[in-house]
Amino acid sequence: MIEVERPTDRLVRLRFHVEDRVDHWPGQHYVLRLRAPDGYTAQRSYSIASDPHDPLLELMIECLPDGEVSGFMHDVAEVGDVFELRGPIGGWFTWTGEQPAICVVGGSGVVPVVSMARYAHRLGLSSMLRIVAVGRTYDDLPYAAELEKYGAFLALTRENLGDRVAHPPYPDEVLPLAEDVERAYVCGSVGFASFATRLLGEVGVRADTIRVEQFGATS
Amino acid sequence: MPVTRGFTGKRRDAGARSDRLPPGQYDTGPGWPTLTAEVTPHLVPEEWTMSVDGLVETPRSWSWREIHALPGSSYFGDIHCVTTWSKFDTTFAGVSVDTLLEAAGPLPEAAYVMAHSTTGYTTNLPIADVTGGKAWVVWEYDGKPLPVEHGGPVRLLVPHLYFWKSAKWVTRLELMARDRPGFWEQNGYHDRGDPWLEQRYQGDP
Repeated sequence: MIEVERPTDRLVRLRFHVEDRVDHWPGQHYVLRLRAPDGYTAQRSYSIASDPHDPLLELMIECLPDGEVSGFMHDVAEVGDVFELRGPIGGWFTWTGEQPAICVVGGSGVVPVVSMARYAHRLGLSSMLRIVAVGRTYDDLPYAAELEKYGAFLALTRENLGDRVAHPPYPDEVLPLAEDVERAYVCGSVGFASFATRLLGEVGVRADTIRVEQFGATS
Repeated sequence: MPVTRGFTGKRRDAGARSDRLPPGQYDTGPGWPTLTAEVTPHLVPEEWTMSVDGLVETPRSWSWREIHALPGSSYFGDIHCVTTWSKFDTTFAGVSVDTLLEAAGPLPEAAYVMAHSTTGYTTNLPIADVTGGKAWVVWEYDGKPLPVEHGGPVRLLVPHLYFWKSAKWVTRLELMARDRPGFWEQNGYHDRGDPWLEQRYQGDP
């Protein structure tokens, strides 16, 4: 691990040099495995935040309550530590710039779309990728400033942003971004994914063009 | 592989249950995580049918009402997801896949099954993994209708394999002579998916 940054008390941004690395597509993930002295292992999947051309692999991990892997990475991991990584994995939730797309992502669900946005920015394709990033507050939303720089629409639900009053994204706000898209990406918690797919339906995005990645549990 | 500096692992106190946890899995407790790649469909049971076709003597199809009239069967036990959670002591009820296949009569050359969902999702399984009391088509979880985000009103249940094999919103079992990759299998996941062998991705044993 080459860099570690803890932007908030719930987020940790990690950058790795990966031996024998295979190029990834924006949207793919890696499996991070921790190994105890007696051989016990714990592993979780994390979306890649970095552009494929970035010499390092970047992950942004949200620290979950009682999270065995996320808690360790947040509290214990230091620069110089060596980790087992496996990837890149997944060929479904990927965007390679071939079709105009809209992304509706919430909280740490922005991470795979950050990789897409960085890729699009480098290739001059930012107009092909419309991003709606939803967070409670500006500070809570990973990569908020960078996404804003790429032209993402930020919808904050618990704090006003400029003259926009705190609220989940309205159909009217999303409609112009959904024009002519051939693909849609939704990433976030189970509740968020259900909200976002409904929202996309309301602005006329066909359900069979929507690709979903969701995390977390129902009780 | 190197030991992770400072890592001892805090989940290992599963106690009596630790022998029920396949390698690399953790006990998710009372929660039930969901993993879905597509928009959750809202099936109308009256319009849904369950079909068995492909290499069979008689292709068969059952309506919602007809499948409920078949002899019921339930599963009580653990489920395991490739995203590393396991859930202990679940209860599902529906009908055994054996009952459906027996009605259609698989031809001798049928060796694999492709499960199809109403969404277009597919997953492939060796026929041996869905026969002999190892697989169900279920519509009840914990005594209640299966919630839509977990595949309700009806899903496949193959609890001895990773849970992506248990196709949500299942509508068709296609019997095949040769194996063919389904949705996640085309996207890098293992063709069989035995959690005890950690068959997560293509290239695993």
